[in-house]
Amino acid sequence: MHLLLVGTSYQRAPVELRELLAYDRDLRREALERLSAGGAEAAVLSTCNRTEVYAVADDTAALEERIYGELATLSRLSHSELAPALYTVADEAAALHLFRVAAGLDSMVPGEAQILGQVREAYNGAREARTAGAVLHRLFRQALRVGKRVRTETAIGENPASVSSAAAELAERVFEELAGRRILLLGAGKVADLTAANLISRGVGEIVVANRSPERADALARRFGGRAVGLDAVEEELEQADVVVASTSSQGVVLSAQQVGRAMRRRRGRPVFFIDVAVPRDLDPAINQLDGCYLYDIDDLERVVAESVAGRREEAVRAEAIVSEEADGFRAWQLSLDVVPAIASLRAKAESIRRAELERVESRLASLSPSQRRAVEALTSQIVAKLLHQPTVRMKEAAAAADGVLYADAVRHLFGLGDDADPARQPRK
Amino acid sequence: MEVSLLLFWPALAGYAEAAVAYAGDTVRPGRLVRAATWGVRLGWLAQTALLVAQAADADGFPWGTWAGSLNLFVWMCVGAYLIWGCRAPFRLLGLAVMPLAAALLTLAWAAGGVGEPARSEFGDLFLAFHVGLILASFAGFTLAAALALLYLVQERRLKRRSAGVLRLRFPSLQTLDTLTVRTIAFSLPALTVGIGIGFARLGSEGGAFDAIMAVTLLAWVVYAAFLVLRWEAGWRGRRTAYLALAGFLLVVLVRLVLTPFVHF
Repeated sequence: MHLLLVGTSYQRAPVELRELLAYDRDLRREALERLSAGGAEAAVLSTCNRTEVYAVADDTAALEERIYGELATLSRLSHSELAPALYTVADEAAALHLFRVAAGLDSMVPGEAQILGQVREAYNGAREARTAGAVLHRLFRQALRVGKRVRTETAIGENPASVSSAAAELAERVFEELAGRRILLLGAGKVADLTAANLISRGVGEIVVANRSPERADALARRFGGRAVGLDAVEEELEQADVVVASTSSQGVVLSAQQVGRAMRRRRGRPVFFIDVAVPRDLDPAINQLDGCYLYDIDDLERVVAESVAGRREEAVRAEAIVSEEADGFRAWQLSLDVVPAIASLRAKAESIRRAELERVESRLASLSPSQRRAVEALTSQIVAKLLHQPTVRMKEAAAAADGVLYADAVRHLFGLGDDADPARQPRK
Repeated sequence: MEVSLLLFWPALAGYAEAAVAYAGDTVRPGRLVRAATWGVRLGWLAQTALLVAQAADADGFPWGTWAGSLNLFVWMCVGAYLIWGCRAPFRLLGLAVMPLAAALLTLAWAAGGVGEPARSEFGDLFLAFHVGLILASFAGFTLAAALALLYLVQERRLKRRSAGVLRLRFPSLQTLDTLTVRTIAFSLPALTVGIGIGFARLGSEGGAFDAIMAVTLLAWVVYAAFLVLRWEAGWRGRRTAYLALAGFLLVVLVRLVLTPFVHF
């Protein structure tokens, strides 16, 4: 049985092509049914940055052809149009690729967390469609474990990768948690919108929107379940706000250090975190000099994000080592599949001989008490187990060294195990 | 060799290892934290056993000397640190506490405070309450100073808007500020009662009002002012952090400068 991956990602295909190759839930289910026809295993990972088909079958050439056909049908592109954007990877390399994907090492931002959920979704899709067999079950479970391990044992996913999450994380360095905090939004720009959404996802208590246009303020306030005020009420609102996000299109300063200083005196020193994402800036830079005030503008936040992403790249080196170790584990498991059927046949044959011999002397054992019968059963089972222990261990060791098929054939020949259906008998290429 | 001296070395090794590991953790966050935490735990357990062995050997209060009380003081500081120190955001606190603990324990050892305890001329009960309460409060103030120091470092990092501000996992400013206040609020009553017992004994047994008493009283005034300004005048943040450090300077003056010249 061979594992095959055919797919594309943001590294190979522009968004126009990725759009054509995106699977929704229903399309994926139909594709899995078609791909698994003939007994193959199949799973589809489809995100905004990648579409990858993982499949397991004996005949890799036919399998690859079928996956290409599937992707061509989906995208309505010809084979030749599609081919330059697709990559094909087999066996251990395919496993290594999925582990790197799950670890976030193949993502645009190293260590991003969303991909792990998307790998889980791909696995669940294959399980629901009953197209995941022994290999894909093992592969995806291990990939999910690798993803968790990398995020637990390295700091790859710890620091923010976007301006909005950096702003929220910085606010948490001042207030510990944002639950119950009050946010004052000055203006209703796109970045402020994103920042506010990020802060809300962290549980902020109340949002107040101040904007020159009351209609836009009302609309944004309604969207976030907050209230709208005019720009003239900002100084008053500042008395209660914990985080201020500024993004107006004003050409001058909207909030001066003097205004903030007056508000700080009324706040009795309670800190405020200011985020200024407007260009030109809305907030007087001198605000940062005031006691208890922390001001970050768009350049500050972008520097924090750049440093954070660089830190993630450093951690990626450690993550690669974990991924590589797990890929070795998967390879060993896959190789052990070569000898598992032979070991199972050998044990079954030994057990049948043991039972047959006991039945042959049944008349002579009839006089034994139940406890004596149990002792004979246990004794004969132990002899069989001890005799087979060493060959079993040796065969598994040989499998790990890629000699499993040879040993499995030798065992079949020596013990006359016969040619039972064994998909793993083909030598590994 | 005495059992207590044998236990000193693992205690010191634990604290020193934790200090080094915490320093290493600032360079490569996440790698050495477990080793540091276990260094603190095992070192503290070894020092607990050391104190138990000293108590078993002594026929009175075993930590009446300056060096002995320094030994007990270190144990209290690390014990107080252990309450928060094992939680992820407070690990950096270990960077301030553990080198200090290792240095002071070495000093206590060099001055003979970890071996067989010397007999004090004062009554055991008096010493146990007076010294114990004052040392416990000083341990609390030491921890509060470490928290205040951490606050000032983090506050400066946030104000300077350095690109790597999120690289090190600091506790939030609010948490550091609140914990500093709480630690001082718990420690000040212990200092008050400890001073009260000292004055009661001074009244009944006689004796002179010395420099240690004066500076200890001054420290009490600073910490009391800290709490009043915080709760009544709304002081917080940088100003209270500086005040906590000023109080700690007086604690250092009492513990390391004045007390070695006084014989109980």
